[in-house]
Amino acid sequence: MSMTIDEKKAQNAALIEEVLKAYPEKTAKKRAKHLNVHEEGKPDCGVKSNIKSLPGVMTIRGCAYAGSKGVVWGPIKDMIHISHGPVGCGQYSWAARRNYYIGVTGVDTFVTMQFTSDFQEKDIVFGGDKKLEVIMDEIQNLFPLNKGITVQSECPIGLIGDDIEAVSKKKSKQYDGHTIVPVRCEGFRGVSQSLGHHIANDAIRDWVFDKTEDKRPDFVSTPYDVAIIGDYNIGGDAWSSRILLEEMGLRVIAQWSGDGTIAELENTPKAKLNVLHCYRSMNYISRHMEEKYGVPWVEYNFFGPTKIEESLREIAAHFDDTIKANAEKVIAKYKPLMQAVIDKYRPRLEGKKVMLFVGGLRPRHVIGAYEDLGMEVVGTGYEFGHNDDYQRTTHYVKDGTLIYDDVTGHEFEKFVEKVKPDLVGSGIKEKYVFQKMGVPFRQMHSWDYSGPYHGYDGFAIFARDMDMAISSPIWGLSKTPWKTK
Amino acid sequence: MPQSAEKILDHELLFREPEYQKMLADKKSEFEFNHADSKIQEIVEWTKTEDYKQKNFAREALTVNPAKACQPLGAVYVANGFAKTLSFVHGSQGCVAYYRSHFSRHFKEPTSCVSSSMTEDAAVFGGLNNMIDGLANTLNLYKPEMIAVSTTCMAEVIGDDLNAFIKTSKEKGSVPADFDVPFAHTPAFVGSHITGYDNALLGILRHFWDGKADTAPKLERVPDESVNFIFGFDGFVVGNMKEMKRILGLFGIDYNIICDPSEVWNTPTDGEFRMYEGGTTKATVERALNAKATIIFQGYCCEKTSKFIAEHGQEVVVLHSPIGVAGTDKFLMELSRITGKPIPAELELERGQLVDAMADSQAHLHGKRYAMYGDPDMMLGMTEFLLELGAEPAHILATNGEKEWAAKVQDVLDASPYGAGCKVYPKRDLWHMRSLLYTEPVDFLIGNTYGKYLERDTGTPLIRMVFPIFDRHHYHRYPIWGYEGGLRVLVMLLDEFFESIDVNTIVPGKTDYSYDIIR
Repeated sequence: MSMTIDEKKAQNAALIEEVLKAYPEKTAKKRAKHLNVHEEGKPDCGVKSNIKSLPGVMTIRGCAYAGSKGVVWGPIKDMIHISHGPVGCGQYSWAARRNYYIGVTGVDTFVTMQFTSDFQEKDIVFGGDKKLEVIMDEIQNLFPLNKGITVQSECPIGLIGDDIEAVSKKKSKQYDGHTIVPVRCEGFRGVSQSLGHHIANDAIRDWVFDKTEDKRPDFVSTPYDVAIIGDYNIGGDAWSSRILLEEMGLRVIAQWSGDGTIAELENTPKAKLNVLHCYRSMNYISRHMEEKYGVPWVEYNFFGPTKIEESLREIAAHFDDTIKANAEKVIAKYKPLMQAVIDKYRPRLEGKKVMLFVGGLRPRHVIGAYEDLGMEVVGTGYEFGHNDDYQRTTHYVKDGTLIYDDVTGHEFEKFVEKVKPDLVGSGIKEKYVFQKMGVPFRQMHSWDYSGPYHGYDGFAIFARDMDMAISSPIWGLSKTPWKTK
Repeated sequence: MPQSAEKILDHELLFREPEYQKMLADKKSEFEFNHADSKIQEIVEWTKTEDYKQKNFAREALTVNPAKACQPLGAVYVANGFAKTLSFVHGSQGCVAYYRSHFSRHFKEPTSCVSSSMTEDAAVFGGLNNMIDGLANTLNLYKPEMIAVSTTCMAEVIGDDLNAFIKTSKEKGSVPADFDVPFAHTPAFVGSHITGYDNALLGILRHFWDGKADTAPKLERVPDESVNFIFGFDGFVVGNMKEMKRILGLFGIDYNIICDPSEVWNTPTDGEFRMYEGGTTKATVERALNAKATIIFQGYCCEKTSKFIAEHGQEVVVLHSPIGVAGTDKFLMELSRITGKPIPAELELERGQLVDAMADSQAHLHGKRYAMYGDPDMMLGMTEFLLELGAEPAHILATNGEKEWAAKVQDVLDASPYGAGCKVYPKRDLWHMRSLLYTEPVDFLIGNTYGKYLERDTGTPLIRMVFPIFDRHHYHRYPIWGYEGGLRVLVMLLDEFFESIDVNTIVPGKTDYSYDIIR
């Protein structure tokens, strides 16, 4: 690293100038606000965020339906989530997010199934409420062990004026108060997945909490009850997190929402503390539970031993000395494992540069894990972050880091071409673009079909995977030998 | 502690360790408030019954695990098949993220496509401004030579008029007046991805042949000796295209492929990302009007397109996924008839070699019962091949198949004694198939990746021959059409058979007397 920090900043600033040149003037002006070089000491990363994507630029973002059905609601395993509208949305998101769960699929759990109202033209013309009613009857008939139904609205629902709330109420009444949740997560709402998270959170507030208070009065609380919020159990992430919380003597009464059940949601207001991993997608319900039920919440980060250690102590700080002592025991117990993993992989990864572009919490949360391996994150950005995400990011990124919000295909390709990172972490749409360019890549939404990456057990897998990506002999073959000097 | 640096356990083993098993058991018993195990088991058993099947088949409104996608997916597929063409989907942006992911998961390749990113304000005022800005941004950033526009259901519900919008965009200088922007309305609530394929292809042909939305004179047909080929929505396009081009090369004929995404979904890893690669050029589309005939490999993907081409004065030959001997025979004989050229000796030899391979292996497949689902054309081609092998199709299902399709499949079944025990299911889904596999079991299931859930539940071994295939790699690189393709399909069928008999005979000292070394 011969470059000074000022040189690096100047280079990144020039790079931003360069990528903006390709845009028409009006678009360049708008995109310029989303790109920046991070200045240490500033309260945020200096970019605008949570603003409409520009048409035609190839945004990587998804929609509100993806945020509700795909992220928040989909993993609740004992409920049936109807993709309400045409067939596509449910089809493309069918079992694609690797929300692991235990259950007999199709009988008592339904996560990896695609329930859809498969709208036809007549449903658009005459409305789909009648069809929705019949669908609910058929669900009750064929899937009698379901613990609830959600209606995940696709674009047409809000446009044709269907009253899914009325249908839900009517059917809930007919089925003895069965939990039926209408969710107004039409894809055109908001600017990304993000509003879908918020709408889904609000639906839990309005249609679960407000309707089921005191449903389980016999549920006995303990002083050590916590709920994991914002962990979708991708590749088992919530499980490799839960085990640590339990080891330190806490009782995890709910998982939101990976491998979660409706009963767990309902019981969560009885927790003593909500521990929040994905702030972006579930801060809303955490704040609500704090206000209404007095349950405090704390953000944590279970990527990489440094952050896990900090987080375990922070969580323990909300409890008595026993728990605090237990946290130290847990940290000590896993130290040798973490040291062995770092000893094995750090020498191979030291100094490697990483560029990230992901959603939720990962553009900041995984930085510590890379740093534990001696790697440096030189560029990062959020698919659907808000300013509070970019504020939190300042605690993670180094001075001079390239920041790109809602990056476009054009920008990301040019950034990577010029910055030449040793690894890019992003999604399936980006994976093959960069691999063609000869740049090692890991999908950081799905863990590239690996994981878990959370917790101590997950970090070992994370380290192995990053090494595997970067050290693969394949990259040495991408240049044709008779064409290179 | 289960994890170690020396032997890192992945998810499938890590969570089987006792610490995790206990954790998961405790979670279940203390917090999940699930039904009693006996109740769950009772329902498990009930779903296998005839009673459940009857109730399942009585469904009128609910669709569970369908085997179809929506129209715009087919439109994006089509746009990918044209040279330097960028797919532009007018409507909500999340849809585009889904199409791109879906194709990338199948082909393991990048799939470029842009959205006009319509949001709530566009829902109220229409998406004209999104179109104007979107076309300009697309052209400036990605320098396509053509932008192929289709629609999501949002734009369709609010009634955006693509023709008018594109015209206005051009007037506003978004893209030059003579820039090619063919379009197709592709409402997701009509038909399926194969309908979208049809509409989008028709949109492009109409644009170039019929006067570019009244901005150019209609092309005059000047008949020549060339032949057009249209593949339809084909998950195996990378392999099939190569094989079909080889066959056409052997014939030595002048031909036009209309829509060829086989190169953009098969670019090398050599340090460069190619957003555009190969594909049908505009010049080829234009000269295709002059062709003597068009051969369509998947008729149900091209119902409107084939009519349109026929109306422009060409003979149109409609096939249905030429898998196996007779399917390929028909294709070659039609081609020979149209062109007046003899079928090359090399292909005749290959035919004999495929029949030879089938003869070598037929005893293993004869009388085996198959269930299958997929797009209507593929189901027809596959049915014909199974019947040729003496295998017995039992359940043939297409979520996007209509009654007329079912009747056509029935005709094929009726023509063979091996088709006698088979039923055809149009407009049904994989939850229907689940009931069928329980109440009328088969030996093997042919389907896509989602079929693995049926394999898990019913124990029916799955052969992955249908789009999309996410959990096996590179199948799409090999052909399934032509005699060579037939060989590949034969091997797929045989591999699954041999694998399952090996698995069934592998217990030492118990069943391994049949664990034969020669089969």
